[in-house]
Amino acid sequence: MKTPKLLGIHAKPGRKLNTILVALPFILLIASYLIGSNLRLQRNEHDKVMPSLSRIWAGIERVALSEHPRTGKIMIVQDTFVSLQRMGFGLSVAAVCALIVGLNAGMFPGLRPATIPFVTFMSTISPIALLPILLVAFKGGEMAKPTFIFLGTVLVMMRDIYNTVERIPKEQITQVLTLGAGQLNIVYEVVLPQIMPRLLTNVRLALGPAWIYLIASEAMGANAGLGHQIFLQSRLFNMDVVIPYVLWITFIGFVMDTAFRKFIEWKYLWYRVR
Amino acid sequence: MSREHSTSGHEYVLELEDVRKSYGSKIVLADIDLKVRRGEFCTVVGPSGCGKSTLLRLILGQEEATYGTFKVFGAPVRFADATRGIVYQKYGLLPNLTVFQNVMLGKKFSGSMLDRWRHRKTYADEVAYYLDRVCLSPDDYNKYPEDLSGGMQQRVAVAQALIKRAPMLLMDEPFGALDPGIRESMQVFILEVWEEYDLTIFFVTHDLPEAVFLGTRILGISQYYEDGGSNPVCGARIVCDHALPRSAQSTVVKETAAFGQLVQEIRYETFTPEHRQYVTEFNLKHPDSFQTLTNEERNGRQ
Ligand SMILES: Nc1ncnc2c1ncn2[C@@H]1O[C@H](COP(=O)(O)OP(=O)(O)OP(=O)(O)O)[C@@H](O)[C@H]1O
Ligand SMILES: [Mg+2]
Repeated sequence: MKTPKLLGIHAKPGRKLNTILVALPFILLIASYLIGSNLRLQRNEHDKVMPSLSRIWAGIERVALSEHPRTGKIMIVQDTFVSLQRMGFGLSVAAVCALIVGLNAGMFPGLRPATIPFVTFMSTISPIALLPILLVAFKGGEMAKPTFIFLGTVLVMMRDIYNTVERIPKEQITQVLTLGAGQLNIVYEVVLPQIMPRLLTNVRLALGPAWIYLIASEAMGANAGLGHQIFLQSRLFNMDVVIPYVLWITFIGFVMDTAFRKFIEWKYLWYRVR
Repeated sequence: MSREHSTSGHEYVLELEDVRKSYGSKIVLADIDLKVRRGEFCTVVGPSGCGKSTLLRLILGQEEATYGTFKVFGAPVRFADATRGIVYQKYGLLPNLTVFQNVMLGKKFSGSMLDRWRHRKTYADEVAYYLDRVCLSPDDYNKYPEDLSGGMQQRVAVAQALIKRAPMLLMDEPFGALDPGIRESMQVFILEVWEEYDLTIFFVTHDLPEAVFLGTRILGISQYYEDGGSNPVCGARIVCDHALPRSAQSTVVKETAAFGQLVQEIRYETFTPEHRQYVTEFNLKHPDSFQTLTNEERNGRQ
């Protein structure tokens, strides 16, 4: 029996081949950018849409390695700080609310009718459509951004936590009751620890949407932040700044996602990350 | 519902009369009449799907009977609490706790935090003792339920329920996935705990020799009978009810002729679809056995 390396359902790519295959799409992407950029620059050497590597490096030096001439601060650090603050605030409040409502509605049937149908209905509203309303309501103020991230992520998380709580087998609850647990023991010592990893997984999955809402809200009404900078610079056709910013955002997102996954795996050994 | 059950002072720990249970239009249990004395080891047998687990859920207070009088410890049945322990067919253990923590649960919710801290050594020893008695080695203590085999999970669930020593213990095929050797030592263990702490046990099993060996009373539940009305009948009843020779016998009795004969008799009465007794002819020999019949049923056989 000969195991194929690449083709068929029995294939087992070796380590080396695997590494090459993982790198392949990245190499293709970079190569096609360089070719495209080269072609455009040949036609017009002042083209700003696809700057060359050296121009991008100059951009990186300007925003990430030297202080801004006016503010005396490093631009990208300043923007990252502002953005992450908004995101952290919005997402963590959303997670706490989702936990409180989802857990209690899931455990106490009496709390369900007043919450779950409403949440289900509200979560069909497109959050993006709420953005203009929020901007007007907060008069473009700082709270508009975290509020927007909060609104965009909280309902989905709430529904998922509720569903997770509800799916816990009734047998398990009865079993712990027969071991002498009271109702509050059940909610806070039996069910809560079981849904914590699920909550963190939810936050992890909400990072993607949260970035969308963050950048959208910063694009439309802010004077600092990663999203603000990207839109501002692209209006000035400074792609040599926009591209490093996009790469940086991607990198932060990747690190956060990995950190969450690793933390869940480390902290909740019993939880099989699905 | 008050939290305290009075669990003593009643001769009968269970009094059921005319109990019915249906899910939607599907009748599962039809007219169960049953009285059980304190200290009885009741084994329950019956065809798959006849409603044995359902009956346990009713006793436990996890679900409510559709009709009938249902008294536990002399008072109407209450929601699940520490007076009745349960070993489920499945889903017993908490997935986020290790084997050791799962068994420790029974200690966790009793007494104050200070008490638990003071007795932590005694409790840990006790947990280790119970785990040892269900044949789990210290290597397994820190495993999570998902990493255990089906039989190991069952044994942890048994230890978890036994350590609590609730006055009434309900067990739903607790030894279903065990090999013969471990099964036998578990049988001995449960008889030991039952005698020592004067428990009342309900033990559902598909293994007739096991039922006859363990019990002081055996109940056969079945839908294979006739009531003179609709055909086929809806819902299961208690079709046989025998007293069994009393308590902790040596496992050798399983080989005697009388033992084998009783097993055959119960098998015939409970599990044979072709053998349909009329409701007035059930083999209800146990002294506590009784039947509430309607007039049509009493006179009805044509
Ligand atoms: N929640 C429910 N809704 C509808 N029907 C149910 C429900 N629970 C049980 N039943 C039905 O009740 C009947 C009895 O189920 P039960 O689990 O009590 O059987 P059992 O005697 O324990 O069987 P087994 O020996 O296979 O465990 C089955 O026909 C089952 O389909
Ligand atoms: Mg069952």
